[in-house]
Amino acid sequence: MSTHVIPHHFDNAEQAYQSSKLGFWLFLVSEILLFGGLFVAYIVFRSLYPDMFHEASGELNRIMGGFNTIVLICSSFTMAMGVNRVQHNDPKKAVMFLAITIAFAAIFMVIKYFEYSHKIHLGLLPAGFYHYDGITHPRAPLFFSLYFVMTGLHGVHVLVGMGLITWVLLRVKRGDFSNQYYTPVELVGLYWHLVDLIWIYLFPLMYLIG
Amino acid sequence: MAHAEHAHANYLEAKKGIWSWLVTLDHKRIGVMYLWTTLFFFVVGGLFSLGVRLELLKPGPLFQPDTYNKMFTMHGAIMVFLFIIPIIPAALGNFFLPIMIGAKDVAFPRLNLLSYYIFLVGSSLAVGALIAGGVDTGWTFYTPYSIRSASHVILITLGVFINGFSGILTGLNFMVTLHKLKAPGMTFFNMPLFLWSIYATAIIQVLATPVVGITTFLLILERVLKIGIFDPALGGDPILFQHFFWFYSHPAVYIMILPGMGIISEVVTVFSRKHIFGYKAVAYSSLAIAFISFLVWGHHMFVSGQSPLSNFLFSWLTMFVAVPTAIKVYNWTATLYRGSIVLATPMLYALSFLFMFTIGGVTGLFLAALSVDVHLHDTYFVVAHFHYTMMGGTVMGLLAGIHYWWPKMFGRMYPELWGKISCAFIFVGFNVTFLSQFILGKLGMPRRYHDYFPEYAGWNMVSSIGSLFIGIGFLIMFIYLFWSLKRGAKAPANPWDGKTLEWQISSPPIEHNFTKVPAIPASPYEYGVKG
Ligand SMILES: [Cu+2]
Repeated sequence: MSTHVIPHHFDNAEQAYQSSKLGFWLFLVSEILLFGGLFVAYIVFRSLYPDMFHEASGELNRIMGGFNTIVLICSSFTMAMGVNRVQHNDPKKAVMFLAITIAFAAIFMVIKYFEYSHKIHLGLLPAGFYHYDGITHPRAPLFFSLYFVMTGLHGVHVLVGMGLITWVLLRVKRGDFSNQYYTPVELVGLYWHLVDLIWIYLFPLMYLIG
Repeated sequence: MAHAEHAHANYLEAKKGIWSWLVTLDHKRIGVMYLWTTLFFFVVGGLFSLGVRLELLKPGPLFQPDTYNKMFTMHGAIMVFLFIIPIIPAALGNFFLPIMIGAKDVAFPRLNLLSYYIFLVGSSLAVGALIAGGVDTGWTFYTPYSIRSASHVILITLGVFINGFSGILTGLNFMVTLHKLKAPGMTFFNMPLFLWSIYATAIIQVLATPVVGITTFLLILERVLKIGIFDPALGGDPILFQHFFWFYSHPAVYIMILPGMGIISEVVTVFSRKHIFGYKAVAYSSLAIAFISFLVWGHHMFVSGQSPLSNFLFSWLTMFVAVPTAIKVYNWTATLYRGSIVLATPMLYALSFLFMFTIGGVTGLFLAALSVDVHLHDTYFVVAHFHYTMMGGTVMGLLAGIHYWWPKMFGRMYPELWGKISCAFIFVGFNVTFLSQFILGKLGMPRRYHDYFPEYAGWNMVSSIGSLFIGIGFLIMFIYLFWSLKRGAKAPANPWDGKTLEWQISSPPIEHNFTKVPAIPASPYEYGVKG
């Protein structure tokens, strides 16, 4: 177990830890506001075209979306377990839980890939490229614009999360952390819970309004 | 011995070579890099404004209309996004915030350097747009025109998008630093007021910038993927863009002005040799401004087809901004009252700020009033108003700050006489340029046109001549500032008799700021004279 060196401008480990945590929470707030803009756009268009949202939402695959929701919830649990194990000086189990989390994330992305390719195949694309005649409402393309932008940005966050979890996993393996110092693992955990949380809002708003 | 000397070398000399600058984690060096970068963009943006005034010198076209559109767009976009938003927090804030609270550095030095490079990448894209042929949408990128314009909208909005992350990270870094890194004995209520304003600014940076991020991101997707969210032809709502844009960009005007106000609090106090009048009122009013700033964006949209109720509410809420702002102005004025005023260059700029920012603030109330705004909107009255706040306010604060802290940052004094001369040019030039624009606006001259009717000729000529004076003033300033870097008199540690911590250490500071934990005074403005 290696000892962690506190950066010179901090007085002690506690101060460094508290600073990182506060900074990361502020970052998460800014992430929420980033998605907030998209949710506002969603609210505006849904209140403009409620019938269209109802109809277009029916084109989404609820089974796949629902399954993905369960996958992400499970991954949040394994992530939390991973953090917990690091805090208890149990790197072996921690590595296992982090690896399972990455696997869940990968399953999520694979399913998303099948969903996307099906939509693209049907021509359910962002407004300007839309060519599908199964929906009568002329504004339906807008729904798919929002669908792709919101789930797409979320997907990018999942990919970034996979990268971050891999990074902390490798560091756990290397023995960088202990019950004295585990800040990066905890912060990546927080990030992953936020990614999960955003999906928990996206799923009903996109899939379950039909 | 050699080691001890090295440890006490000043931050400019502690490490040598260009590489030591490029990878530095020292908040002071990062601040200096921000300073030169943003000042460079100021010069670029300033040259465009001279181009604009040249076109408007006389009726009749000089440049192609398209060239003119690009000039005012690039002037606005560069000044707003590459100069005035970042400069005070990222340059002066970076340099002085840790020192003023007795810390060795900001909380996250690596993140600090990263945010500088993010800024450099974003700004390069914006400059790339410029070199590729410019953008003609105006700095607000209003849809649907910005979706159709053949100019380089994607490049510049991508630049704004990326720069946003730099601002978010800087703001976040400052907030954490102020919460967690204050030296023992330093509290929120005995720290210098500049830091309160930086704190309030950081809140806005963290909360508002993501929204402009997502807005520019959607605009880029609009052009690349035709998502149609802002495009009426595809069922989208162009007004939604305006809501998004101003939800950020109104608070952003306080990202611009609050740090300037913070500098004024420092300079007015030090050069009056007196405690600030109403410390807590000045401190809390910064937070109040930050809070209200999120509730007023609709005042940019009174004629965009907003509902009359929204118009009424936004007009009413906008008036509230005047309250904390006026509290500040009254407190600064009360600080001057019976102070031992020293009219050095920083103080001259601070007094210019008080004079011009008040004009900018009061004309802001005219424009907040619904009926008056419907009459004046999109005229030169608006242009004059926001230049009085942005240049008459923020830039005057910035110049006060640059002169005030120059000896500390570079260890050299600027030449006082030349400082006063250039201040006089800028002050006179600015008022000639923009007072005449109030009159032009009142006479009904619309903004953003490259030509005008002959009846507007007189005041336009006056305004253009004024802008030349501003240009001369800045030219003199840049010459003597560069000159002073090598030739200026060596600066003492505390040339202005300042009481805040940065004046208690050497000029320029050593690499880790302090040799021992500094003693924190009970108040940052202990002149023995009550506020
Ligand atoms: Cu505004």
